[in-house]
Amino acid sequence: MKVSSKFAVSFFVSFLIGSAALAPVRADENPAPADPALLPVFEQFGGKPGIDALMEDFMVKLIEDPRTRDYFSEADQKHIKAMLAEQFCVILGGPCSYTGKGMKETHAKLSINEGGFNALVEDLQLAMDMHKIPFRAQNKLLAKLAPMHREVVTAP
Amino acid sequence: MNEASRFSGRVLLALAISMAVQAVAFAEDGAAVAPSAAERAQPDETIAGSDKLLLTGGVSQLEGAAGGGLTPWAVIGGYGTGDQVGANAFYTRVNVQDYHLDGAGALIGFLDRIELSVAQQRFDTEDVGAALGLGRGFTFRQNIIGLKVKVAGDVVLEQDSWLPQISVGAQFKKNDRGDVLHAIGSKDDQGVDFYVSATKLYLSQSILASVTLRYTKANQIGILGFGGDRSDSYKPQFEGSVAWLLSRKFAVGAEYRMKPDNLGIAKEDDWFDAFIAWAPTKHVSLTLAYADLGNIVIKDRQRGLYASVQVGF
Repeated sequence: MKVSSKFAVSFFVSFLIGSAALAPVRADENPAPADPALLPVFEQFGGKPGIDALMEDFMVKLIEDPRTRDYFSEADQKHIKAMLAEQFCVILGGPCSYTGKGMKETHAKLSINEGGFNALVEDLQLAMDMHKIPFRAQNKLLAKLAPMHREVVTAP
Repeated sequence: MNEASRFSGRVLLALAISMAVQAVAFAEDGAAVAPSAAERAQPDETIAGSDKLLLTGGVSQLEGAAGGGLTPWAVIGGYGTGDQVGANAFYTRVNVQDYHLDGAGALIGFLDRIELSVAQQRFDTEDVGAALGLGRGFTFRQNIIGLKVKVAGDVVLEQDSWLPQISVGAQFKKNDRGDVLHAIGSKDDQGVDFYVSATKLYLSQSILASVTLRYTKANQIGILGFGGDRSDSYKPQFEGSVAWLLSRKFAVGAEYRMKPDNLGIAKEDDWFDAFIAWAPTKHVSLTLAYADLGNIVIKDRQRGLYASVQVGF
């Protein structure tokens, strides 16, 4: 089979236009951008109790991981877990409100590189696996958290 | 008198306020010189730290670039992030009805910005070589040096942006059978492909899509030389991959690669494949595919298995 190469450029350009048309609205530094459409995902996380339980193992993973340990080991872990649980709950359209600070403010004095950010993502994935949260549901949450690298990653 | 005492009262008040402000400022200074443990924490700065997420560096493409199996992606190969270096090596075998191809190579990814790759392909003509009077098992060998540079975007993290990760690249190819290539109508035994790739991970859908626009004169990716009696000019060719992420370790997908048709002696088809990639760890990945390579010289419908292993960090 052979497609004429005169279509090559238009195929390529249509992908770029298509990806622009499908683009979600930029989160604009909102630490907890609520998405009511994710309510089914909130249920897959086991609601707020499920998220609270997830935070326990997530924090264990963060302390175990040498790449993230020092950022959490002497911090107020109880507070961090509570704020993360609120944040995830709001993002997934749950009936919570986020009472924490902005991502930029909470990370401004920390030295975090991209590897550290990815390390936290990997630890969260491990914890979500432990809690049998379906892979596709995990990715829906991670898609909302990923853009926060712009506020969280402070070191080049 | 009254005026004077009121004045001195104001001075005292002003002094008190300024002292209080200074005291607060001093207290803040005091806090700043004693940062918390989290503020003292330093990121891991191991150069070979492999901190990219699993499979986000792609696998090794046929010509040695990071990508799918047939086509490059805009990702920089290896698991290095913006302050790390990653590297890997691969071996690929493609077995179709009448031919087989072995490919091996390696790449280095610098600072998630620049990818340098080398690869060698050996294309064995098996019985077709004998039929064409070249001898059974006559083999074309091609060496490829690849360079890819990321120019915009981030394939994984920029989930709220429309912009895909975009890279530009070049593949410098040299074939060792100039005499035979000339006899079949090919114009050159070496050539350069130029390409631009755009790759985007739609994480909320667990789908990765990638498109490549390649300017090339290569016949059967260079195994049959460059340019021909029918055409000897660069033409744009479209390539695309779609991958569904099944888990962190597994992805399945399909690929398409448009190819030019420069030689009068044999028509050249576009290529397709359907693949499954598995990365049990960041140090190894396996890719299996069913590939349809269409007509190759005198043989139609060349279909078969593609297998590739990659090791690295």
